[in-house]
Amino acid sequence: MIQQLSVFMENRAGTLSAVLDVLKQAGIQLHALSIADTADYGICRMICDTPEKARQALLEHGVPAALSDVCAVELANTPGALADMVSLFTKAGLSIAYLYTFLLKDKPIMVFRTDDAAKAKGILESGGLCCFKW
Amino acid sequence: MIWNPIKECMPEEEKRALQGKRLHKVVDYVYHNVPFYRKKMQEMDLEPGDIQTIDDIVKLPFTTKQDLRDNYPFGLQAAPQSEIIRIHASTGTTGNPTIVGYTRKDIDVWSECMSRCLTAYGVHRNDIFSVAYGYGLFTGGLGVHYGVENLGATVVPASTGGTQKHAKLLKDLGITGIACTPSYALHLAEVIESMGIKKEELKLRVGAFGAEPWTENMRQEIQERLGLKGYNIYGLSEIMGPCVSYECECQNGSHINEDHFYPEIIDPATLQPLERGKDGELVFTTLTKTGMPVLRYRTRDLCSLLPGDCPCGRTFVRMSSIKGRSDDMLIIRGINVFPSQVESVLLEIPECAPYYRLIVDRVNNLDTLTVQVEARQDYLSQGFDTLSPLTQLEKKVAAQLKNVLSIAAIVQIKMPGSLERFEGKAKIVTDNRKLK
Repeated sequence: MIQQLSVFMENRAGTLSAVLDVLKQAGIQLHALSIADTADYGICRMICDTPEKARQALLEHGVPAALSDVCAVELANTPGALADMVSLFTKAGLSIAYLYTFLLKDKPIMVFRTDDAAKAKGILESGGLCCFKW
Repeated sequence: MIWNPIKECMPEEEKRALQGKRLHKVVDYVYHNVPFYRKKMQEMDLEPGDIQTIDDIVKLPFTTKQDLRDNYPFGLQAAPQSEIIRIHASTGTTGNPTIVGYTRKDIDVWSECMSRCLTAYGVHRNDIFSVAYGYGLFTGGLGVHYGVENLGATVVPASTGGTQKHAKLLKDLGITGIACTPSYALHLAEVIESMGIKKEELKLRVGAFGAEPWTENMRQEIQERLGLKGYNIYGLSEIMGPCVSYECECQNGSHINEDHFYPEIIDPATLQPLERGKDGELVFTTLTKTGMPVLRYRTRDLCSLLPGDCPCGRTFVRMSSIKGRSDDMLIIRGINVFPSQVESVLLEIPECAPYYRLIVDRVNNLDTLTVQVEARQDYLSQGFDTLSPLTQLEKKVAAQLKNVLSIAAIVQIKMPGSLERFEGKAKIVTDNRKLK
């Protein structure tokens, strides 16, 4: 499990910029960023080097920010690796709420969330995959 | 046609004499039966004997909505409970509705006044008349219903909602008259059109519209789309309900049933009476009510009393259309909404910050209320990584608002700090309805 930073944002020009400026001032190194949006809001999910420091910086600037533990798994950088991983979950009947990816030293890392983290870990292990840790 | 020419066309002097006699009687009655009025009059060194003619009315104390709230539920009721046969209620600002009890005599007066309204609109006993005001605590439904029955026409108690079924009945029964809010009339027109019913297939001839402000443009549109003639009806539950005033065929102001409800126009700042023709706050005294009579009730509605005679022959004074409010009350789909009601709900919800906006609009001819409220930063920082907490909070706020306001609001959760902050008087409400 790794720590993910989540920020609620309104769909309005300048809100992403304001968040990123705060992180820049605090010297935070971002590894991954994903934005999901609805008509009115977005949620920005980030993986960074110092999540707690990033959260404090955002809170001090009035930006609601939260930390949560999410699953991450390192995959082989080959065609079909992601398809194989997702099919493990399909077979086990566990749905994925969201998923995004980033490269760490050329290694693809999948960050994802299911309703049952323990079950997800078991599924990955049964497929010969390991949860990613820093 | 005139339902009661003896009263509706009474010569001025005779009318004033009757009003004076009735005013003395009602003042004497509340002095002896309502401690609130006795105390107020004693503080002003007034006794019932001091009130002999209608001109003496200016000596009397005012009654406000706050007085009604402070005396919730039965404090201003003058008749014993055994005489009360019905209760209506209107929404209040702090959760307490305004309770109005009616005696059998009050219901009779209401039906009489309502019959006068309907007759002025051209309704007669051969008509089939649909009442599409809400039935229930709101006075609109039952108030008009009893008037139609008293007149002898056939009443169809359609109430609100079930608009498609209502549209079908309009066509199949050959309904000739309808009473509802003007915005519901437009909504009904849309539903009728969407069902492929042509206005030529309808027999609608007369519409009685009220309970919310409307304009000449709306009247034209309703008349055009439903193929009827639309008349204004005015009333408020604190005084009686719909029937307080009504348009005649001249449609130049609404005649007030002056033998039962005495109108004054005052300056809302100085509380001094204003002369005929001047705009000010409308004040009513119930001259014949026995359940819950009120003296000089401040309606907060701004209008004028029109000078001059009406060609229809009625001598009852006419009031202009309502030009606004002297408080911040909004009328949304016929329901009274105070911004303070919304605030009291939001302050009770721990996830919400005390920053909010009300946006009123009219979409497809129906009023909408949008409430924007900021969520608290500490709530949003509790470890959520999906958007579901926001949609859940929206549902929670909407449900609690519905409980208090009795109408559904669209809730938008805003991020902390995103609503503009005001240093002086905050502009909380934006009303985008184009009523001019």
